This record gives sequence, structure tokens and C-alpha cells, in this order.
Amino acid sequence: MNLLASLSPAYAEIFLLVMVSAILIVDLFIVNYTKTLTYLLVQISLLGCSLITVATHEDGIVHMFHHMFVDDLMSDVLKLLTYLSVSMMLVYSRSYLMARGLFTGEFLALVLFATLGMMVMISASNFLSLYLGLELLALSLYALVALQRDSAIATESAMKYFILGAMASGFLLYGMSMLYGATGSLDVNNVADVIRHGAPNKPLLVFGLAFVVAGLAFKLGAVPFHMWVPDVYHGAPTAMTMFIGSAPKLAAFAFVMRILVEAMQPLMIDWSGMLMILAVLSMAVGNITAIAQTNIKRMFAYSTIAHMGFMLVGILSGTLEGYGSAMFYAVVYVLMSLGGFGMIMLLSREGFEADTLNDFKGLNQRSPWLAFMMLLLMFSMAGVPPTVGFYAKFSVLNAAVQAGHLQLVVMAVLFSLIGAFYYLRIVKLMYFDAPESHEKLYIQPDSSLLISINGLAVLILGILPNTLMSVCAVSVQQSLLH
Amino acid sequence: MIFGYPLLSAAIWLPILFGLLVLATGNDRNARMARIIALVGAILGFLVTIPLYTGFDRMTSDMQFVEMKDWIVRFNIHYHLGVDGISVLFVLLNSFFTPLVVIAGWQVIEKRVAQYMAAFLIMSGLVNGVFVALDAMLFYVFWEAMLIPMFIIIGVWGGPNRVYAALKFFLYTLLGSLLMLVALLYLYHKSGGSFEILDFHRMAMPSLTAQILVFIAFFMAFSVKVPMFPVHTWLPDAHVEAPTGGSVVLAAIMLKVGAYGFIRFSMPITPDASHYLAPVMIALSLIAVVYIGLVALTQADMKKLVAYSSISHMGFVTLGFFIFNAYGMEGALLQMISHGFISGALFLCIGVLYDRVHSRQIVDYGGVANKMPVFAAFFMLFAMANSGLPGTSGFVGEFMVIMGAVKANFWFAFAAASTLIFGAAYTLWMYKRVIFGAVANDHVAHLRDIGSREKLVFVILAITVLGMGLYPLPFADIMHASVNDLLVHLATPKVLN
Repeated sequence: MNLLASLSPAYAEIFLLVMVSAILIVDLFIVNYTKTLTYLLVQISLLGCSLITVATHEDGIVHMFHHMFVDDLMSDVLKLLTYLSVSMMLVYSRSYLMARGLFTGEFLALVLFATLGMMVMISASNFLSLYLGLELLALSLYALVALQRDSAIATESAMKYFILGAMASGFLLYGMSMLYGATGSLDVNNVADVIRHGAPNKPLLVFGLAFVVAGLAFKLGAVPFHMWVPDVYHGAPTAMTMFIGSAPKLAAFAFVMRILVEAMQPLMIDWSGMLMILAVLSMAVGNITAIAQTNIKRMFAYSTIAHMGFMLVGILSGTLEGYGSAMFYAVVYVLMSLGGFGMIMLLSREGFEADTLNDFKGLNQRSPWLAFMMLLLMFSMAGVPPTVGFYAKFSVLNAAVQAGHLQLVVMAVLFSLIGAFYYLRIVKLMYFDAPESHEKLYIQPDSSLLISINGLAVLILGILPNTLMSVCAVSVQQSLLH
Repeated sequence: MIFGYPLLSAAIWLPILFGLLVLATGNDRNARMARIIALVGAILGFLVTIPLYTGFDRMTSDMQFVEMKDWIVRFNIHYHLGVDGISVLFVLLNSFFTPLVVIAGWQVIEKRVAQYMAAFLIMSGLVNGVFVALDAMLFYVFWEAMLIPMFIIIGVWGGPNRVYAALKFFLYTLLGSLLMLVALLYLYHKSGGSFEILDFHRMAMPSLTAQILVFIAFFMAFSVKVPMFPVHTWLPDAHVEAPTGGSVVLAAIMLKVGAYGFIRFSMPITPDASHYLAPVMIALSLIAVVYIGLVALTQADMKKLVAYSSISHMGFVTLGFFIFNAYGMEGALLQMISHGFISGALFLCIGVLYDRVHSRQIVDYGGVANKMPVFAAFFMLFAMANSGLPGTSGFVGEFMVIMGAVKANFWFAFAAASTLIFGAAYTLWMYKRVIFGAVANDHVAHLRDIGSREKLVFVILAITVLGMGLYPLPFADIMHASVNDLLVHLATPKVLN
């Protein structure tokens, strides 16, 4: 009994693991291709996880499994948002995948395994558990991208994703081993203590740090480690693209927090310079290249690169303010990304992908409401008030100004001006151009309700951003107080 | 708060709520209902702002009708509203124009009526927000948000080259706004964590370099909106492509937002930089007045002509600001108001012609007076006002600015006064070619004179233009206290030496 109680911070992970295993078995006996039961079980598991996460919340920071695992406010908040976004992604992609015969038990199980991987990443406080979570997530994602076996482009992008992802993992592991060599520990807090008080081999540390940062940049898709992003976003079935572009960004944020901020805060001078190069290049390449795209998924891929660059600006500020704003940015980005990809899937139907810019032409005449939702999402991505995307940019810029990076801020601002162009172009296509096809849109009630909630959330959070901002700031603050 | 309701909030949110209501009427089958709801909303929106004028205390330069609530506690941002003698006039001007724009688009707009009307109502509320916000972030949010409806208005209902114009309009203004955002963040940190505009006014800024940088950032935002030479090139494009209502709002309201920014932000926050850079500002203003006046003379497109004339007139406004005396400042403010009425009226006149002939080219007209005598009379009045004829509102502001300029430097006044010639030349020459002469072609031969709906709009505007020209005191005396306060503030250096 005592053992069971001591496991309470990890109940959610354990529950999810049990549920996935159960779902895998149950699914064998369901022949019905709509998989309603499996789908409901998955949603129930996610709901159960949220309830458990809320119920097992404890104030302060709880370590367990010999400091492999940590439960703090930041991890709880990020996990809750992860469940939410996974669940939204499932609602959006259900009919899309069913039309393509991909809504299978494997898909659902892989999604849950990936979710489990993210949860482990979010709660890891040891390099090994961080890596474990990362690989569980990455392997599930490779498989998800490759799920559409008969599509050459999907297979190709899965291949690219796998090879480059494996290389990034290699970088990361190599860097971690260097850090281990320099500090003699894999524990996040120990590493920090050794760097702060001991006299570790500084060149070795920085050498390891460079590899870790390169590995992280790969996973985040920051320039110059971004090559996989456009191909994978473009090639994968849209549902998978949405998945890659949403919840994993939250996990990646947690990863950056644990490894750079918690373990290597004393080396801030070093990593913040590295991140600055990554951030500026990402914003430049992402925003400029996005202009040239005709495929909207590819455009979103470059826009993701730019957004990740912006998020890095928050982290490299190196203050609580900065970390909080980066977390806010990540959360807001996930919300917008879900909406954007959701819209592509909503407009797609059997045998037709609405993934080129031209498919958005004249949307206002075909469905004014959907066009309005997309308008909100696009203005939010561009960072125009009163949408929430503005406050995300605002809080990051504010942190950077506070940290004294005024030139960086001006650059970020100019690149987001360039970025505004391609978001505006979508609005232009929807509102100013005549539609290319007048085919009636068949829209599932569940996903159309969700897109309305998603779009309006972008607006309402923009009018009243205080709560979400404070939640992010407070949770980062609490988890960094030792 | 007066009469038990928050007036300023009502001025912002009432039009926006009605706008959403109009949107809810859906597609064009309910167009009539959309129009009626829009008109009711616009008129109510104007009515709620009237107590702002009648209840205004002219003795003080303090903010009045203040509302203050927490908004984003984390960044110490408040929902803080208030008006002084300067901003109250613009709230009234803006709310006054909304019903006129709705009426002007009554029959002309047939496509997506609800969206058109809603965009104007929502924009009207947002623009009111810009004028009454006392928190810099609140100001910024309204400032940016108002781009969205204007972008849609130009792009959806505009002329053939509307997409280019809409994108140019948006990106130009966004560039300026983003740099302003950086300046606001800088001020936020310097002021110790406050976004209150009035705190910015009071805060010390001992470094001239810092002041100049902040001034330039603000300048980027505001000069684009005014627009000042050389960042004016978006305006003719936007004006020409926008539908009539859009042009009216752009000229009458949007341009004032930029000039308002100068007196609310640039000048009081960075007084020393304003003095230091005043020669540049004056030079740019005079270039706008003279050079753009000459450019206007050569235009073949009526809307473009009025657009350039707007830039030239706004040059007067910025000139008046940066000569730092009471004549100049009040003259500039009066010029802003009067230009709102006159340019709005001129665009409506051109709209009337365009609705009938579908051309804006001057050569496509000639002899309109033969077919539309009533219209020609109204057009005459507004054209005269645009050239600054005494007795019309156009004269008052220009005259005061020239008086102020004489005090500052004779040659400023000399250059500025050339507008009295150029302005008359381009406006009246256009008028002559369009209205007088023999009937030029079949289109003109089949013109109908203006109907009662159009007459109503023109009568209202004519009364205002004449009234303000003959008796400007009600406009001038409400701003006295605030203008004096601003001048005192400007005369107090923040740089210590």
C-alpha cells in the first residue's frame, strides 16, 4: 500500500500505459472500420489522465524513482495541455483518417504511446529518462508518418524523418555523455550543482553543450537543423502533421527547460549565445522561405520554424520572465497550429487534399464562418491584436527587452513583419478571391464545433490573456525554485 | 461616468456589438435588415458620444470620463480610458461619420452587405478605442486591430487593384506599429513597469539619444498613418481602390489617428527629441504641402487627386505641431477636424459620380452641372472648402497654422501659404473639368441628380463645414486647456544639463 501511494506522482503515466495495452487488446476484437469503441476508449484514457494529473497534484516539487522523475507545477500544466491537444487532434483527424482508411487501432495506440513519451519527457529529471521519453515519442512519430504505406511521399518523408531524427538523437546522446564525463552525473539537479560549485572541465562541458543544443535544435526544427521539417510536414498525412506540429512542441519546451535551464543554468552565457544564432536564423529562414510556398502544409512548416525561433528568443533571455513567456508562446503556438491544420482537414474530403493555397480561394463565399475562424487563426499567427498570438509575441519581446537584447528584438519584429505577409495572403485568398470550386463542403459536426471553439479561443484569450499568461509564468517559477 | 453608464466604453463597444449583430444576419437575403441594424447602431453610437461634448469640463486639461479596470495584471496593463480636450473631438468626429458611411453605402453595396456594414461599425468602435485609451498597450491593441477591418474593406469591396492596395496598406502600417511596440516595451522598462501613457509623459528621460530613438520608433508608426512624405505612397493606392465608404473613413478618420499619435505620444514623451528633430519634421511637412500639392495638380484620377490633397493638408497638421506655439497647435487640430469633414465630403461626391458612371477619371466627365445641378452646388461648396475659402472650415485651420508659422519663421509660412494657390488650383481645376462645360458623353447625358438619401448626407456635411468655418469657437474652446498644457509640457526639457 505504501509503495502504491509513493507512486502517486506517476499515476497518470502508469494509467496511460495500462490503458494503451488494454486498447491494443480490445482493438483486436473490433472489426468495425469506424473503430468507435477504440476511439472512445482513447478519449476516455486522455480524460482519465487529466483527472489523475489534477487529483495527484501536490504543491512543490516531488522527485521519485531515484530522481529520475519529477512532478512539479510546470509538468502538470504542460501535461494537461498535452492531453488537451492530443484529444483535439483526434477529433479533428477522425473523419479525415477514416476517409483514407488510416483510422486504425495502430494509429490510436501509437498516438497514445507518443503521448506517454511526451509525459515522460515533461516529467524527466535525469538525462536518461529525458532521452527515454524523447525516443518513445520519436519512434511513435516515425511510425505514424509511415502509416500510409501506399503513399510514396509519406514513406519518403518518414524515411527522412527517421534518418535525421536518429542522427539528432545521436547528437543528443553524445552531448549528454560529454556532460556526464565532465560532471560525473546524469541527474539534472546534480549536474547543475556540480557546475555551480565544483570545478568541472569547462571546455568539455561546452563541447557537450554544443552537441546537446544541436540535438535540441534538430528536434525543434531550428535553422540550420531544419531540413526535415518541410518535407515531413508536407509528406505526412495531414493528421500526422498536425500531431507533430502540436503537442510535441510542449514536450520539446519542457525538454529545453530541463536540460538547458535546470541542468545548465550556470552556463547560460554559453547556450544563450548559441540559441541566439539559432533563433535569428530560424526567424529569417522560416519567414522568408514561407513566402515562396504554394503548399500550405509546407508553408506551415516554415512558419513553425519561425515560431520556434521566436520561442527561443524567450528562452535565451535567461530570466524567469523569459521562460514563462516562452512557455506561453509554445502553448499559444500549439493552439494556433491545431486550428490551422484542423482547417486543412476540414476542407479536405475523400480523395482530395485541401493543402494548396488555391484551395482556400474564396472560402468566405463558400463558408463565411469557417473563413472567419481561419482569419482569426492567421492574424493570430501573424501576431496581430486582439488575437492571442500578439500577446505571445509581446511577452517574449518584453522578456528580451528586459534582458537587454534590444537589437534582437528589432530583428524579431522585422522578421515577423515579413511573416505577416504570408498569413495575410491566406486571408486575401479567402476573402478577396473567387472560389475555384463551388463544391459543397461536407463538414463533420464535431470538428466544425471544435474549429469554432479553437478560433474563438484565439480571440477570447486575446481579449483576456491574463489567466493563461499567469499560469505559464507561475508554473515556470515554481518549478525553478529549489 | 455620467447618466449612470460608462460613456467611453459605450462609445467603443456599442458599435462593435452592433457590428457583430449585423454579422449575425448572415447572407444577402437579409441585406435590408443588416442595413437597418447597422444604421441604428451607428446612430446610437453617435448619440452616446454627445454627452462627452455637453458634459465636458473646459476648464481643466485633466483626463475626463475616466474608466480604470485591471486588464492584464501580469504586465500591469489596465483598461484605462479617458478623454481630454484633444481626443474628445476625434471621438465625436469618428462617431459622426459612421452613420454617414452607412447611409452612403446603403444601395451601392449589394454584395455581402452584412459584412460590409459590420466591418465599418467594428472599425468605428476600434478607432474610438484608439482615441480614448490611456494605457499604451490598450492603445496598441486598438491601433492594430483597426487594421483588420480596413484591410478587409479595401480588399473585398475595392476596385480592380484592391489586393495590392490592401496588402500595401497593411504591411506599411504594420511595419511602423511593430517598431512602436519596441519603443513601448522600452518605455515600460524605463518607467519601472507601467504602460500608462500619462506616466510616460511624466517620466524622466535624461538621455537625448534614447529620446531620439524612441521618437524615431514612434515616428515610423505615426508618420505612416498621417501619412507624411516620404512614406505616403500607400495612401493614393488605398484610396483609389477602396470603396467610397472606405475612402471616407480613411481620409476623415484614419489619417487623424497618426497625427493624434504625435500629440499623445511623441511630443510629450520625448519633448527634447521633438525640438531637436523639429527642423526635419518641418521640412518633411513643407515638402508634403508644396510638392504633394504639385503632384495633386497632375492627377487624372479624381480619387487620387483628393488623396494627394489629403497628404498635402496633413502636411499642414504636422507643420502646425512642430512649430510649438498655440496658434500652430490649435490650427493643426482644427485643420484635422475640418479636413475630416471636407475630405469625407469630397470622397462622397466622387462616390456619387462613380456609382453612376463607374469611372473616376476626370476625362470621362464634363458638363455634369447640366444634368446634376443640386449635386454640382454641393460639390462646389466642398471644393471651395478644400481650397481654403474663408467662411468654410478649411480656412480656419490653415490660416491659424500660417499665423503660427509666421511667428516661427517667415519662410515656413511663405512655403506653407503656397498651398492656398496650389490647393485652389488643383481642386477648382478638377471641378471645372468635371462639372462645367458641355455635356461630354452619353454617360454624363444620362446622369440622374442626387436622391434624398444622398442629399441628406450632403446637407449635414455642408452645415458642418459652413458652421465650423463661420463659428469655430465651439471646436476651439474645448481644446484650449489641453493644448496649453501640452505646450507647457513641451517647453519643459527632460534632458538634464
